[in-house]
Amino acid sequence: MSTTTKYSLKMGRATREAYGDALLELGRTNRDIVAIDADLAKSTFSWTFGKHFPERFFNLGIQEANMAGIASGLASSGKIPFISSFAAFALCKGFDQLRMGAAYPQLNVKVAGSHGGISIGEDGVSQQSVEDIALACALPGFIVCIPADEHAMRAAVHAAAAHQGPVYLRLGRPKAAIVHDPGVEFAFGRAITVRDGDSLTIVANGLLVAQALMAADRLSDRGINARVLDMHTIKPIDSDALERASRETGAFVVAEEHLHYGGLGSVVAAELARVGPAPIEFVNLGDRYAESGKPEDLMRKYGMTAEAIVTAAERVLRRR
Amino acid sequence: MGLSSPATPSVEQLESIARRLRVHALRAIAAANSGHPGGSLSAAEIVTALYFGGILDHDPRHPEWPDRDRFILSKGHGVPILYAALAERGYFPVDELMMLRQVNSRMQGHPVQGVTPGIEASTGSLGQGLSIGIGHAMAGRLDGKHFRTYVLLGDGECQEGQVWEAAMCAGNYELDTLCAIVDYNRFQLDGPVEDIQSLEPIGDKFASFKWNVIETDGHDIAGVLHALGEARDHRGTPTCIIAHTVKGKGVSFMEHNNEFHGKAPTAEQLEVALAQLQPGSNEE
Repeated sequence: MSTTTKYSLKMGRATREAYGDALLELGRTNRDIVAIDADLAKSTFSWTFGKHFPERFFNLGIQEANMAGIASGLASSGKIPFISSFAAFALCKGFDQLRMGAAYPQLNVKVAGSHGGISIGEDGVSQQSVEDIALACALPGFIVCIPADEHAMRAAVHAAAAHQGPVYLRLGRPKAAIVHDPGVEFAFGRAITVRDGDSLTIVANGLLVAQALMAADRLSDRGINARVLDMHTIKPIDSDALERASRETGAFVVAEEHLHYGGLGSVVAAELARVGPAPIEFVNLGDRYAESGKPEDLMRKYGMTAEAIVTAAERVLRRR
Repeated sequence: MGLSSPATPSVEQLESIARRLRVHALRAIAAANSGHPGGSLSAAEIVTALYFGGILDHDPRHPEWPDRDRFILSKGHGVPILYAALAERGYFPVDELMMLRQVNSRMQGHPVQGVTPGIEASTGSLGQGLSIGIGHAMAGRLDGKHFRTYVLLGDGECQEGQVWEAAMCAGNYELDTLCAIVDYNRFQLDGPVEDIQSLEPIGDKFASFKWNVIETDGHDIAGVLHALGEARDHRGTPTCIIAHTVKGKGVSFMEHNNEFHGKAPTAEQLEVALAQLQPGSNEE
């Protein structure tokens, strides 16, 4: 837990880069780790692993469905396959294969969806994964996680390998501000309180955690003391943290880089309805697709910024 | 360790086993009043050759034995014939076959990995088994193991794009421990494969994807065994056996009759079918 001040966030590496490094670390200690990619290895950074362990690395070419099926077979024969592609392709094109081959038999398949959200930027909507969390959460037994920075990503990759069962990790393309310590205590399903407060709670993940911290700073100038939870794991959701936050702060903003329906907002709202009903405002893409543009321009245009979180916080506090 | 070595049955005995598997499958489907007779019957000799003809090295007492040969039924709707083989092999009691498609049963309507002993993959959403087989074959290669992986595909299933992703991949990776078998019974749910979306020339297609291709009569057990043996001895590429079969084979009114793609026989039809499969007796 730390009290951040304005402009104190240091820019770190992209979470996809941290993914590659963590995979390489794992590969050195665990011979069962196998990495597969579908012609995006240099973008997803699975190549970091591949160049060191060519015999355990398979670049299949552009075959996402086949990739998910192969992972199912590898896991059935005792391997720990990490498959990576852009999130949009890994889930949309491999969904039925993940459903039948990973979720249904609860196999040890790890899916890394890179370039999540609209912050992939210029490539536009076809490459922007804004429904991956909804899809992954729909798969029974999957752990679904968006680490916020390089430190959380490293921890998440190790946690994914240690977990027996299917895991989905979303990786990001742009550099991500550092919001955690290098030795961050990380466990799936346990939110990280990155800023304490009692006026309201901002629940965020991925790149929006940094935005939430900046928003909290601005709110504090007005005497509003926001708690910020890095809800990196969407499934299973940290019910205890939400219940406590509801009791102690009584109002929520949920901020994420995803469509409105089926993302973190939906999951948090459903859980709060059960454990501690409270007013919630949402910061997300809404029910639409974005467009090409510079990542920061898109995040601003589509309303996933610190400013948007501040506005949502003011709104929710008026409702309390 | 496996069961394949001692006293492989003669072709006549295998033919008799195939008939017995057909009887099990039809009885189970009739009891469920639901299931796919046509594609179960067309695969009877293929499944018999694999499980009883000394091909699969496996151990029903240890279904997870890491060195076992794998059999993946990619055409999952044909599972009644596979359940019959697994039961006869001792993976679970033969009586359990009659629980097909019943609630609280391990005899699920399509194969489910982790539920039914001996089932290697959850299939039924067509097109996926060959990819899963590649994963097993890759794992075997990484571990320096010599087990083989067999994948049974439906002909209609070969219209799925994923089959060809997998075919391209297995050929390029030279996975010679992988063997695909196409149950080419020429019908799919809506009618003749040839009329709906032709596969031809399917042998050339697999060959152009760098597979060793063998064609055989899928009801000639000696022919199927010969093809499987050839596949086992072949090095450097995966093998695809195109098994020419008859949908509904073994029951006169089901043969070439696509009405029985996904419809259970009535009690009367079952009686006639059993009489044909077990001349001289209506009881086993």
